[in-house]
Amino acid sequence: MFLFRLKRTIKLGAKSLWMHRLRSTLTALGVVFGVCSVIAMLAIGEGASREAQEQIARLGSRNIIIKTVKPAEQRTATGDTDTMNVYGLTYSDAERIRKTIPQVKQVIPMRRLTQRVWYRNRQVSAEVIGTIPWYPEVHPVRLRLGRFLSSIDMDYQQKICVVDEQVIEELFVVDDPIGRDIKIKNVYYRVVGMVTSTGPMQITGQAQNSAPTSAAAGGGIAGNIYIPLTAFKSSFGEMSVQYSGGVRQAEKVELQEITVMVDSTDSVLPVRDILDSLLRRFHRKKDYQIVVPLELLRQAARTKRIFSIVLGSIAAISLLVGGIGIMNIMLASVSERTREIGIRRALGARRRDIIVQFLSETVMLTLAGGALGIGLGSLIPYLITRFFYMPTVITGTSLLLSFGISGAIGIAFGLYPAYRAAWLDPIESLRHE
Amino acid sequence: MLALLNFYMSIVAIENLCKTYYLGTLELPALRDLNLHIKQGEYIAIMGPSGSGKSTLLNLLGCLDRPTSGRYMLGDRDVSRLDDNDLSAIRGSRIGFIFQSYNLIAQLNVIENIEIPMFYRGLTEQDSFQRARELADMVGLSDRLKHRPAELSGGQQQRVAIARALANDPLVILGDEPTGNLDSKSGAEILNILNQLHKDGKTLIIVTHDEQVSKKAQRIIHLLDGRIERIEHNDHQNKGNL
Repeated sequence: MFLFRLKRTIKLGAKSLWMHRLRSTLTALGVVFGVCSVIAMLAIGEGASREAQEQIARLGSRNIIIKTVKPAEQRTATGDTDTMNVYGLTYSDAERIRKTIPQVKQVIPMRRLTQRVWYRNRQVSAEVIGTIPWYPEVHPVRLRLGRFLSSIDMDYQQKICVVDEQVIEELFVVDDPIGRDIKIKNVYYRVVGMVTSTGPMQITGQAQNSAPTSAAAGGGIAGNIYIPLTAFKSSFGEMSVQYSGGVRQAEKVELQEITVMVDSTDSVLPVRDILDSLLRRFHRKKDYQIVVPLELLRQAARTKRIFSIVLGSIAAISLLVGGIGIMNIMLASVSERTREIGIRRALGARRRDIIVQFLSETVMLTLAGGALGIGLGSLIPYLITRFFYMPTVITGTSLLLSFGISGAIGIAFGLYPAYRAAWLDPIESLRHE
Repeated sequence: MLALLNFYMSIVAIENLCKTYYLGTLELPALRDLNLHIKQGEYIAIMGPSGSGKSTLLNLLGCLDRPTSGRYMLGDRDVSRLDDNDLSAIRGSRIGFIFQSYNLIAQLNVIENIEIPMFYRGLTEQDSFQRARELADMVGLSDRLKHRPAELSGGQQQRVAIARALANDPLVILGDEPTGNLDSKSGAEILNILNQLHKDGKTLIIVTHDEQVSKKAQRIIHLLDGRIERIEHNDHQNKGNL
């Protein structure tokens, strides 16, 4: 009985909306754009946050990254800038961390330098990373061909290297890279393996102030080349000399980065504090920086929340405007149809019936607008991704949410006009012209 | 005793009915102490100059309004104190309205207009469609079922309205100048239908200025200043018809 009445009410409402096609369409447009903006904004917000989270998660949620940072410039009183500037993380730091903190599972020291790399007549600029064989346990590189570095390579300072995809793409056009020799700063290294790396250091480099070497490198870094840390030390030394404005400046840095992996995410923050106090004891200057991906992750979640609130309120305002537009039109429609309401009341319609009639019209209008908005709104993120290369994610919840919101708007902004209609005096409305 | 019997025989029984409108502190009595009994199957015309309370009486009879005091029995129910919900239900099931300006809903076609009262009474779609077709047939519009009111002549529209008034088989049919907007030919058609309804045993109460209408009625109630001035009996007319 109820369902049957509802069905007929819906039929009736659809008919009356169809009678005023243009008006209905224009009215629904407010909701269309509202829902459209809700979906687009949620998709952009979700996309941005998911990208950030992926990037951070790639750094490892159980990892703590300690980076060498050039301490604030402190010129000596004599103005003598020609001295050696020694700073940064050291091998003993790494050793101390490994030995003294029980929660620490793995410590990966790293050195790196941007270098020109040659293969035959091709050359490319790449990030040369000196590290130890356990690097892949902590960093997200996957071995594709050959092998990674081994302890024997370390002990004998073998001139071997593992390269990543990008380097291969640039250097070896058709040749099989395994077993070939590439030249890095006058020394030949034999390629023993190939990895796919998702390049966390580039991301940290973008997100944080990166180590001075990679900052100096500028653009056009093709990819990463991994060599044994010992070989790195023997071929590049620990000194680097920079000329700036005719002034020679020498620096000595032992390690650019130490990645510490702990046993569980729960120990990340306590270990961070232990690391900080440990390092502070041995470093007079603040020449290191501790980056905790987990913390970044949480920060990203907070940022996302703020982002969502801001975008959400913009979308809410546009929905509100749409809703007000609908209420406006429905009020006009009620006064235009006063006589019809009077007739219906005289023929047995209760107030409730009139409310249901107008409310269902409004809800139908907003739901249709919502559906259209979902269609359009799903298209917009696609276009954004297509033309602006911004990641967007449309979640099922955002679709359901906006559909629900449009229905709710129909009810919220339809109630008042519907009540107005129902409370009209039948005698008066029958007389209405 | 006779009054009591009269009361029970009546399909419409009005006792001491008063309706007073208030304009601020000003009292405007529209109906004063009206007593009226209408029996099943009667054909009543209500006449009177404007301002005599015709419309007020019609609104009260049609349960569109409630009396200030007095009693109104419609069939076996006292409807003078019902709330809006119950009044709506009574309007839908016991009263059929025929208006001067037809009052069809412009967006709906003939069938749908006739179906409205049945919709609010909760008839199923098939039943109400079936009944609407029969009624349309009865008023001679079976070839216009899908037409909109705007595509019909005044007489045809009024015939749709009559069909609609009959939809729920009401106790009384109330007419508010049903021929007022029609030319004499269409008016005569409508009168014929009303006569036919009367012969079929329907109770008709028609407010009119039209002598043609009142001539057919059994009783003509003349209102003046909210009171019944006189009641005219048209017995000869009835005998001729019956």
